[in-house]
Amino acid sequence: MNDDVAGNGAQGATGTDAVKAGLARMLKGGVIMDVVDAEQARIAEDAGACAVMALERIPAEIRRHGGVARMSDPEMIMGIQEAVTIPVMAKCRIGHHVEAQVLQSLEIDYIDESEVLTPADEASHVDKRAFTAPFVCGATNLGEALRRIAEGAAMIRTKGEAGTGNVVEAVRHMKTITQGIRRVVTSTAEERFAIAKEMAAPLELVEWVGANGRLPVVNFSAGGIATPADAALMMYLGAEGVFVGSGIFMSEDPPARARAIVEATTHWDDPAVVARVSRGLREAMPGIEIGELGEAGLLQTRGW
Amino acid sequence: MSAEQASRPRIGVLAVQGAVSEHEDALADVGARTSRVRAADDLQGLDGLVIPGGESTTFGLVAGESGLLDALRARIDDGLPVLGTCAGMIMLADGIAGGGPQPLVGGMDIVVRRNAWGRQVRSFEADVAVPVVGEPPMRGIFIRAPWIESAGPSVEVIAEHGGHAVAARDATRIVAAFHPELTGDRRLHRMFVDGVRERGAGQQHEEDTVVGAQ
Repeated sequence: MNDDVAGNGAQGATGTDAVKAGLARMLKGGVIMDVVDAEQARIAEDAGACAVMALERIPAEIRRHGGVARMSDPEMIMGIQEAVTIPVMAKCRIGHHVEAQVLQSLEIDYIDESEVLTPADEASHVDKRAFTAPFVCGATNLGEALRRIAEGAAMIRTKGEAGTGNVVEAVRHMKTITQGIRRVVTSTAEERFAIAKEMAAPLELVEWVGANGRLPVVNFSAGGIATPADAALMMYLGAEGVFVGSGIFMSEDPPARARAIVEATTHWDDPAVVARVSRGLREAMPGIEIGELGEAGLLQTRGW
Repeated sequence: MSAEQASRPRIGVLAVQGAVSEHEDALADVGARTSRVRAADDLQGLDGLVIPGGESTTFGLVAGESGLLDALRARIDDGLPVLGTCAGMIMLADGIAGGGPQPLVGGMDIVVRRNAWGRQVRSFEADVAVPVVGEPPMRGIFIRAPWIESAGPSVEVIAEHGGHAVAARDATRIVAAFHPELTGDRRLHRMFVDGVRERGAGQQHEEDTVVGAQ
């Protein structure tokens, strides 16, 4: 983490680590919802979403559609920015520096360098330190999370397996990160050199995790959350908030489900509330068994 | 209020959504006990309240539905001391300039403008002089921050930046557009908790503080 690229706005220093990671702190305990148009964005805002993710197709549709998935049309993103007052996020392809620049020029509040889109670079992710806009990146384990943070990510989300409505991969990734943190915390100073090598993560970030017992930035959960109980489960496992992609607008009653997932995320440790908000929601999105996807069908293995 | 309560008052942090743990850390640093407020019952036994940064629309919707918003309004109108930062300042304002209707707690005679400085790429940090907490200036972290557009006679503006009021107080409320909880500077939290202590020292033993005592 560094403030190399911090700029000087009219009022003070823009794009500093504190400003970029700070917005993620304000999103904690909230639900970030994928939306494809202004109407869905308003439904999300009216349901209590703390931010929306603007994209042309939700992950389940991307799976069905096939082909190359790219950054969304700026016009569609701008329409959503006009429709709501909450933060608007948008996705660029992994390693696609220019898509990220375009999103920054649109004044997107958070850029998601996302494995849901087809990677543009098989070797490198975007150098996120070079941007004023903050980035959120997916991770499946602690080493991957720390690599993204070293590149300048100001927020992490577990990848899970987007577009499946199956929470099992989100659970795996959250537990893997938590176990990684526990292992670093209980390791000796000597062992942390070996852990940094094994995890392919910068030593200073490994040492930071060891001293603080958490990631240096906020960690949300994503990829397969479809019900209020799924959201509450991820909070129980230590997520600081949730992204819900296909789970809301692929369900039978999106406004009610969106609202219920927001309530369940706030009251995750009160089963009576989770039960109340889960009643009569009609059908959730149809789920996909992860094994049916095959290796080639997995999005979580994109990026390194 | 017992001597222990008077020295270590119990401050609730609204925990619908937002930067809750940051305020808990800051309050602990200045000697307060904390508890999270998610439902109306959680207000029992509190000596003060913090409304943190987050999304004010989320606060209003989630707290509105459960009746928490009405309960907050009643307790704060009744004199419960409260500190609000960013979205917390918006929640306490009597009005929002140029915005649509959204559920608020209200009660403080200020009108605020949401996202006044622009979207996130215009978020910034800068030194902000806050004379009531003394020298040096506080490091103000402004994240999609509001500002105070106008303030009534009951309100004292305690900080300005770029020609706009960014922090204020009245008899029971302190608000800031920026986030002292994201820095190590505890002076604003200390001023708030000292005020809670003074108020407690001058007050009768109230029934609900007994119920809430640990």
